[in-house]
Amino acid sequence: MSAGVGVDLKDVWIRFGEFVAVREANVAIEGGEFFSFLGPSGCGKTTILRAVSGFLDPSEGTISIGGANMAGIGPNKRPTALIFQNLALFPLMTVWENIAFAMEVQGAGKKERRRRADELLELIALPGQGEKMVSELSGGQRQRVAIARALCAQPDVLLLDEPLSALDLKLRQHMRSELRAIQRQVGITFIYITHDQGEALTMSDHVAVMKAGVIEQISDGQTIYDDPSTAFVASFVGENNAFAGKVSAISKNQATIDTSVGKLRGRIATAARGTINKGDEAMIFVRPEAVSMSGTGTSNKIKARVRTEEFEGAVYNVFLNTESGEAVKLSAVNQGGARAGSPGTEMTLSFNAAQAVVLPRGELASE
Amino acid sequence: MKSSTFLSIFVGGYLVIFFGYLFGPLILMSITAFNSSQFPRVAPWDCFTFEWFGELAADDKLLDGLGNSFIIAGGVVVISVMIGLAGALMLTQVWPRARPWYYTIVISPILVPGVVLGISTLLFWDRLGVMVDASYDSVFYNGTFLTVLGQSTFISAYCMLVFISRLQRFDPALEEAALDLGATHVQTFRKIMLPFLYPAIGSAAVLAFLASFENYNTTVFTIVAESTLTTVLANQVRYGINPSISALAVIIVALTIVGAIAHEAMRRREELKVRRGELTDTSSAFGNFMQGWLSGNPAMILLMLVFVAGLGTVWFSSQYSAGQCKLDLREQKELLQQRQGPDIFLPGSDAGSDTPALEDGATDGGLDNNSGFGGVFDPNNLEQAPTDADTPSDGEGAGAESPGSSTFGDVFAPDNLNEEPQ
Repeated sequence: MSAGVGVDLKDVWIRFGEFVAVREANVAIEGGEFFSFLGPSGCGKTTILRAVSGFLDPSEGTISIGGANMAGIGPNKRPTALIFQNLALFPLMTVWENIAFAMEVQGAGKKERRRRADELLELIALPGQGEKMVSELSGGQRQRVAIARALCAQPDVLLLDEPLSALDLKLRQHMRSELRAIQRQVGITFIYITHDQGEALTMSDHVAVMKAGVIEQISDGQTIYDDPSTAFVASFVGENNAFAGKVSAISKNQATIDTSVGKLRGRIATAARGTINKGDEAMIFVRPEAVSMSGTGTSNKIKARVRTEEFEGAVYNVFLNTESGEAVKLSAVNQGGARAGSPGTEMTLSFNAAQAVVLPRGELASE
Repeated sequence: MKSSTFLSIFVGGYLVIFFGYLFGPLILMSITAFNSSQFPRVAPWDCFTFEWFGELAADDKLLDGLGNSFIIAGGVVVISVMIGLAGALMLTQVWPRARPWYYTIVISPILVPGVVLGISTLLFWDRLGVMVDASYDSVFYNGTFLTVLGQSTFISAYCMLVFISRLQRFDPALEEAALDLGATHVQTFRKIMLPFLYPAIGSAAVLAFLASFENYNTTVFTIVAESTLTTVLANQVRYGINPSISALAVIIVALTIVGAIAHEAMRRREELKVRRGELTDTSSAFGNFMQGWLSGNPAMILLMLVFVAGLGTVWFSSQYSAGQCKLDLREQKELLQQRQGPDIFLPGSDAGSDTPALEDGATDGGLDNNSGFGGVFDPNNLEQAPTDADTPSDGEGAGAESPGSSTFGDVFAPDNLNEEPQ
């Protein structure tokens, strides 16, 4: 990865009247990395993006791109290019005119513009489509034209505002890898906004998880998934079974939680180590794929009754209820063998303490 | 079933009446333009003629007014489109917070009666002219200038409404995208906003032109010593009209139809463009549009037929001369008179056959006026009256013999008043 231009947010607050959209954001994005902001809608991630691209000024704090403070510099003077959620391609221009717009406003000649547009059309795998109108392209093609148009401005930082949200699943998955490939090829900094954790985890070098204007955790995808720093991150990224209770014992990096389904043991999350004490309100999170139906081998056992079963293809999900009424989800790889059984079947679930995470009690994601 | 047939008959009947009400006067007026009668009428059809178009072309006052109307409309288009565009941009883009009061101010001229606008424009510039001690041929008293200003006050509001409705469909992200790609605000306006507004500019210009062209109640005050088409027409109506006005109406109706067709065609084309996403290949798009358009709109087909009929009429006019018909008509009338003449005046003197009505008032009044109105409209009535008055010795007898002996009795006899003092 080539060394690109980094973006730094220092103590950034953004307020709209009384409403605080972004609270004390401190983010250091390295040059040339693929950085994602992940969060539910309305969490302030688009606001951050608009502040970086220059469409609004932070109420407090500084945003610097490549070390230069961007305060008072308009969007047309910043080394950023934004890909809009609805793409905002110019409907009255052809594809190549769209792509070369950034050069047109700089006064480049038509030949030069056309040549550059054709180069970029090659890059986005749409050669020879320059004369078409935008309306003649499919969703995925428009997507790529929008990327080419932004790249034509030769930005140091490319900002993407949920550009894949309007595409269907297959195309979205395809575009994910394509975006990543383009990013590696051009080597500039990508800042990506999404509410889709799959997009964030697959593409990003680093992910910032946001909740109601606050950045909860910044880390690489694996860490966020395996070692969340708050209850919100644990419940928002991926799926998790959560059990609340009081800490009854702590030994090294492990804690035992007294929950309504019995004593459960788990590893204390890195962020909570040293802050969590015996007697504190805490939560233990265990991923559906970490739960096993065998009911043997470990100390963590839960008695539950099957409610429904869902077949998804590669995996199947079993939804169960514990005796005290908590919902538990379990995912198992489909190996063509036996299933969990009909609704009402009672079984004992188990999971490894190493695969469960203990965090201080907090608000869960509502999704 | 029964009630539905009744309903369809009722609706059909209503439609006939409705469209008759809308277009009946236009159709009648258009027909009168081709009748050779001196008064615009349809019922006693004299001769098919184009002479009224010729008369129209020879009417200097009217043509002068028409020219002025075009100049004023041009000025109004330029000013109104600019003011309207600026106002719409102000409302939607620049300063949305000012919207409520700004909107009220700009819209208010539409609600103010045109007469008030006209008078106030006139007074304002007159006062201003007095203040700076301007002469009467200065701009303060120039009818064209004042009319352009007066009309623009409310026509610019129409234009603004057109622009606002277009701008409300504008995606602000496009502007942001342009800015983000390095365009200045001016470039963004010129390359993104203006192309988007072109259709609206066209519509607003047409609207402004038509509104200016047909305006009377503001113009009549602001035009001062000059004249426009509408003021000339109003004057003509006051002093009596001839079918050349109908001829003008025919031309205006024809132009309107052509304009409406052209506008509809443009609108449809745009719609098709949007619907099919065919923005590049105009030739094939035009073909498609003609298809979709003609199959889709019977009213437009009707207008098209009317237009074709109009063209046919023009061709016919070059082949046909009304002179022969008029000669025939005159001959027929003379023949009728000659044929009736001897029969009627057999008992009277032979000398009276040349001036039949003057001497023998009673017989003439009764027989010559074979129209339903009796002798009232007989042009000779007035001539006869003095004859009777010259011989007052006839007294009552003369009165009985006067044209008053027609169905209306003596009531309208001009010498009734003279008789009283006697």
